[in-house]
Amino acid sequence: MTEAEYTSDIDGTRRFVLAGLAASIALIAVPVRADDELVAQAIAETFGDAPRQDGRITMLLPPLAESGNTVPIQISVESPMSETDRVKRVVILATRNPRALVATMEFGPGAPRAQFSTNMRLSGTQDVITIAEMSDGSLWQAQSRVLVTVGACDTLQIRY
Amino acid sequence: MPNTRIRVPKTAKAGDIVEIRAIIQHPMENGYRTTSQGTPIPVDIVTDFICSYDGLDVFRVRLEPGLSANPYFSFYLKATKSGPVTFRWQDQHGEVTEASEELEVT
Repeated sequence: MTEAEYTSDIDGTRRFVLAGLAASIALIAVPVRADDELVAQAIAETFGDAPRQDGRITMLLPPLAESGNTVPIQISVESPMSETDRVKRVVILATRNPRALVATMEFGPGAPRAQFSTNMRLSGTQDVITIAEMSDGSLWQAQSRVLVTVGACDTLQIRY
Repeated sequence: MPNTRIRVPKTAKAGDIVEIRAIIQHPMENGYRTTSQGTPIPVDIVTDFICSYDGLDVFRVRLEPGLSANPYFSFYLKATKSGPVTFRWQDQHGEVTEASEELEVT
């Protein structure tokens, strides 16, 4: 084997290895989660492309949750809740859950205060977004990050 | 018939804002779990919750699999007159669970 042939052979092997690496990276990069595009899509489906402002929402979430199966969340929206000026609905979204939309709450005419609490599932550390729609159509948004030690999708065998 | 637990104060003064709590026993299968044999467990969730009082809707929720098992809600209503506070849950198969509790307004 001459020296020229030898080098070209190494080159061919390296090209092969590189191609293999690229292929395996392409295979790995398909995690099950809602990426920001899916969150944007969920928002667009519910509210269209109306502008959103920060504020008016107080969201109480634990900064660290040991289990993603039950993460308590309390939301209150500043509003007089009069007949003409009230909160119509509140939407909770999780940015890295397999499905972004978590729940839609509507306040009926009998609601005196725009406040509620519930428990949600989180598949891992992520941001939780809450959007409130007022009776005049304006949208208000709040965002909060939760560190999740064991996600709801990792503890699949434990239901509660 | 799933188990429900609701908490409504027995009495309230007219005009008082009281806290209501409601929980229903339900697995809220999110569709991402599998059995030990590896077969996926289909989605099985409660889809709607409505609380009404004095002829008015107070709080209504559209539930998704992102809510925890045994979905729990706490919210507020304004005591106006004595009567039942009614709760209604509907699951994805259309099965309806109803509960109600009397609120006495003094």
